[in-house]
Amino acid sequence: MLDVLIIGGGPAGLAAALYAGRAQLKGLLLEKLSPGGQVLVTDFVENYPGFPDGITGFELVDKMSQQAKKFAVEIKNGEVSEIKKEGHGFVVILSNGERIETKTVIVATGATHRNLGVKGERKLTGKGVSYCATCDGPFFRDQEVAVVGGGDSAIQEAIFLTKFAKKIYVIHRRDELRAVKILQERAFSNPKIEFIWDSVVEEILGENQVEGVRIRHVKTGAISDLSVQGVFIFIGIEPNTTLVKDLVKLDDRNFIKTDEWMRTSLKGIYAAGDCRSKPLLQIITAVAEGATAAFAVQHDLE
Amino acid sequence: MASEKIIQVTDNDFEESVLKAELPVLVDFWAAWCGPCRAIAPVIDQLAEEYDGKVKIAKMNVDENPATPGRYGIRAIPTLILFKDGIVVEQITGAVGKAVIETALSKVV
Repeated sequence: MLDVLIIGGGPAGLAAALYAGRAQLKGLLLEKLSPGGQVLVTDFVENYPGFPDGITGFELVDKMSQQAKKFAVEIKNGEVSEIKKEGHGFVVILSNGERIETKTVIVATGATHRNLGVKGERKLTGKGVSYCATCDGPFFRDQEVAVVGGGDSAIQEAIFLTKFAKKIYVIHRRDELRAVKILQERAFSNPKIEFIWDSVVEEILGENQVEGVRIRHVKTGAISDLSVQGVFIFIGIEPNTTLVKDLVKLDDRNFIKTDEWMRTSLKGIYAAGDCRSKPLLQIITAVAEGATAAFAVQHDLE
Repeated sequence: MASEKIIQVTDNDFEESVLKAELPVLVDFWAAWCGPCRAIAPVIDQLAEEYDGKVKIAKMNVDENPATPGRYGIRAIPTLILFKDGIVVEQITGAVGKAVIETALSKVV
């Protein structure tokens, strides 16, 4: 039986693995893809201490994985389909049918981008609708694109897209941005970026490729069509918490509630990173929570 | 480590290696700068081992081969397209777990 099973190989899970490994807990980290999580799709990380010139998401994740592997618990590819309480521990069932017994579980399953939920979005995903500028930006060289959203991600990605697209329209439902000031200044001073304020996307237009977006002005109700070949959607995230929704308490947006030791409402289950209910979703908070969760496991098992 | 069972296809040999292949072919359209492509790589490796002899698993670098992605309207990567007898059976965009890809593969094996 394992001391701890860590689910998810983003920064929170990798930090938990590092600390669990150094505490010599018998553990395993399961990641359904390759370690990294959302950081893998981040072009450039400028707000993680220790890297004054910034670092690419790729590199940072590589370094975190290497460091975790150096001390840690085993890191394995696998997808969890169910967690069951059994006796004093848990039985975790993987999608290939494998069963793993563990005393504790650290849930570090992260979050996934939110969809707009408008007509045309699903049909045109991969055909001009994108949730990852670093992946798909190069397909829009010298074209016109729209970015939907007004937070850090939206503005950072809009700035990134200026490398490729000739024009970027940022469509935002309010008349000011939520993004940090330094990103706002960069975006406002970039001649390729134009803001469409107080507006929401009602429909994504096009048959086989994106041809435009239908926009509604929220104050006047005016409807207009904007011709673009790409739509990049950054309107926030949803936590990946379906796996534990019947086991632990969630907040009203489905993020996992914990105490300051990262303990959830069910003894033996801990949560860390973007799947956890908290004010700031960043790499720096994720790693801190991963470390705290591993420390709590060690403390609680003693 | 990338699986040796994965074949690399190009614009030049796409017709021969994929469309005219006897076995169904799953093509992973990818590029070096794409994070989710990297994320999905170990899953593709496993599938290449597990479906050996049943489905051909191929990769195409979209930077080096612009014609084929254009032909299939690909504007996002990773995109996985499953071909059987030259026809698109399934198209999956974005990094997804193994189970999702296996569901698609179950349509041809």
